[in-house]
Amino acid sequence: MSDYNFAYLDEQTKRMIRRAILKGVAIPGYQVPFASREMPMPYGWGTGGVQVTAACLTPDDVLKVIDQGADDTTNAVSIRRFFQKTAGVEVTEATAEATIIQTRHRIPETPLTEGQILVYQVPIPEPLRFLEPRETETRRMHELEEYGLMHVKLYEDIARHGTIATSYDYPVRVEGRYVMDPSPIPKFDNPKLSGNPALQLFGAGREQRIYALPPYTQVVSLDFEDHPFVASKAEHDCDLCGASDSYLDEVITDDQGNRMFVCSDTDYCRTRRAAGLVGRLGGEAA
Amino acid sequence: MIHVSDLSKSFTLHNQGGAVIPVMAGAALSVEPGECVGLTGASGAGKSTLMRMVYGNYLAAAGSIRVGDLDVAQAEPREIIVLRRRTLGYVSQFLRVVPRVPTIEVVAEPLLVLGVARDEARDRAAALLARLNIPERLWGLSPTTFSGGEQQRVNIARGFVHTYPALLLDEPTASLDAANREVVLQLIGEAKARGAAILGIFHDEGARVRVCDRLVDVTHFTPGAA
Amino acid sequence: MNARIFYENSETSQEFRCAERPLLAVRGLTKRYGERIGCAEVSFNLWPGEVLGIVGESGSGKSTLLSCLAGHLAPDEGEVVFATAEGPRDTVTMSEAERRRLARTDWAFVHQNPRDGLRMGVSAGGNVGERLMAVGARNYGAIRGRALDWLERVEIAADRIDDRPRAFSGGMQQRLQIARNLVTGPRLVFMDEPTGGLDVSVQARLLDLLRGLVREMGLSVIIVTHDLAVVRLLADRLMVMKGGRVVEQGLTDQVLDDPRHAYTQLLVSSVLQV
Repeated sequence: MSDYNFAYLDEQTKRMIRRAILKGVAIPGYQVPFASREMPMPYGWGTGGVQVTAACLTPDDVLKVIDQGADDTTNAVSIRRFFQKTAGVEVTEATAEATIIQTRHRIPETPLTEGQILVYQVPIPEPLRFLEPRETETRRMHELEEYGLMHVKLYEDIARHGTIATSYDYPVRVEGRYVMDPSPIPKFDNPKLSGNPALQLFGAGREQRIYALPPYTQVVSLDFEDHPFVASKAEHDCDLCGASDSYLDEVITDDQGNRMFVCSDTDYCRTRRAAGLVGRLGGEAA
Repeated sequence: MIHVSDLSKSFTLHNQGGAVIPVMAGAALSVEPGECVGLTGASGAGKSTLMRMVYGNYLAAAGSIRVGDLDVAQAEPREIIVLRRRTLGYVSQFLRVVPRVPTIEVVAEPLLVLGVARDEARDRAAALLARLNIPERLWGLSPTTFSGGEQQRVNIARGFVHTYPALLLDEPTASLDAANREVVLQLIGEAKARGAAILGIFHDEGARVRVCDRLVDVTHFTPGAA
Repeated sequence: MNARIFYENSETSQEFRCAERPLLAVRGLTKRYGERIGCAEVSFNLWPGEVLGIVGESGSGKSTLLSCLAGHLAPDEGEVVFATAEGPRDTVTMSEAERRRLARTDWAFVHQNPRDGLRMGVSAGGNVGERLMAVGARNYGAIRGRALDWLERVEIAADRIDDRPRAFSGGMQQRLQIARNLVTGPRLVFMDEPTGGLDVSVQARLLDLLRGLVREMGLSVIIVTHDLAVVRLLADRLMVMKGGRVVEQGLTDQVLDDPRHAYTQLLVSSVLQV
């Protein structure tokens, strides 16, 4: 244990954040303002998610941190170490073993279960910001459920690209009420938002907003009747584990333009390979 | 159809020391359906003023102006609007239109306002323009560019395109050549024949004699002269 | 009041019969800015299909009045009763949610500067479609079809549908703003100097367009302008404002040709003749 207070933040601050979280849980999809603190990391590195995680952590928790699905990237590693140092909690890379998962831009492939908490790092929490720069006006629009503008954004997409080209940060409507920005997760993950047994919490540090989806909340991706929402992914199987149902990253492997597709969720891929599943290049590259 | 009684009018010029100029008192006349009544009197005697009051363009100071069963002197603006759309036509000496609107549209507009189908309205407008010898090549142009005589005929076409039960004509034959004058006089005759009540000002004595059933000298309504 | 129309013509449409009830009934509308009067004790009725012009010089209160009528400003006193589908409602006291719903369905507002009424970063089609989407349209093809139809009605070429209004001339921007406002078939349109910033030649085209739309859609319009030529061609009725008060009102041509109030006489006699 260190000289830091448990999970870095002082108890008053954690209480304040918990109140914001509880309010968010009570009003799914509603952006609750909170007094975001300075954290020992720059904005954009997950200060919102870290504060939410800090407020939720107990000494018995098992923490997993992923960045774009991977446990071993700089951002994930440094946040995991931060909580190891300041809270002394156990950490894991296995989705099923974790009680709290902080994530940047992905939802794990392994289905979450009741009792788990998924904490999202959010850069811009306001889904209407793209077309309406005034905060006073966007708040009023949420208040009055004036969400036509969200469809204008999708209309513009189709008019310009022939299809809804928004592939991440894809706007959703929560329980038929608030339109919510799901953070920059790929739209492939959007269906996992809905009816999820885990508690999903969203923290935006710079923008000082927290919002939440309680377990089993209905979340619908916005679309048009004649351009329905599609949770798209690359038309490949994972080259390492052969999975056909997971979100893939494209990796350039040499200067000749060769490439491979691998699971973005490193834990999922590793677990499958440990079970003996092998993809197209699984033998050589692993 | 048109019954004017005890009508008076004065102008108050606030910007010229509040001078009050009485221009009409005790005016009375009536026009029955199928009848044409001509207003006479020297220039400035109040012929146009009386016509404008019947149309609701000038306010009456006192008295009544019944057109059908609406008293224009007492009516709400919206009632006069409806009266003008359906019942009371007015051919003035001046053409006032939105610039750049084609002549055929200008003439058809009174029908379109009444909800007549566009094709039918244009057909009726075209028939009248042809009858009034406006060359077809001009129909697509705005009448604001036309000569005085052409503008006058467009105005007449606009005034006759709908079968108004009552019509006000302010010098309808002025600045027209003999042939077109004849067309206008025929139009007036046809309107009378279908039962329209017409009140007109005709400086053209031949026209007056031909179409007017009675004459009313407005000099009698000039304050102090009566 | 009884409608006193005696002449029934089989060719005439129903909508021009005198309506039983005004579309908008304004009573004692007053707005103060501290000691200063914005507008005071304004009362009038607007009937279905009527175009009402409001004229007066800068500072006469006409823009304040329009803002109060359209719900952009909260008046200090008075009522603005609109004939909603569910019956007459005072829009001053209704909830903001209801008022804003009205503003994107039965009402429309055309700003003098199209930049205030358009989303400059959104394509022409998106601008026209926004009100449709705001009231629940969720079929892209249908929305686009309606947008194309409206662009044609305001004389904007179909191939400009995906261009942003930034690339449009001032007159086109203003026509786009009108299309964007009328696409949901409103019954009452507020216009604030809609021809104000335009060249004279462009003004004429816009006036003709507005007249046609008013006639075809049976729109009621309240138009604020300082241009007497515009109201003469567009408005059925006229209100003249000075110092926040209505000094004279009546039929447009009657007020302009036979003005009674000293101020109206001054206004009319001050117009430059061309």
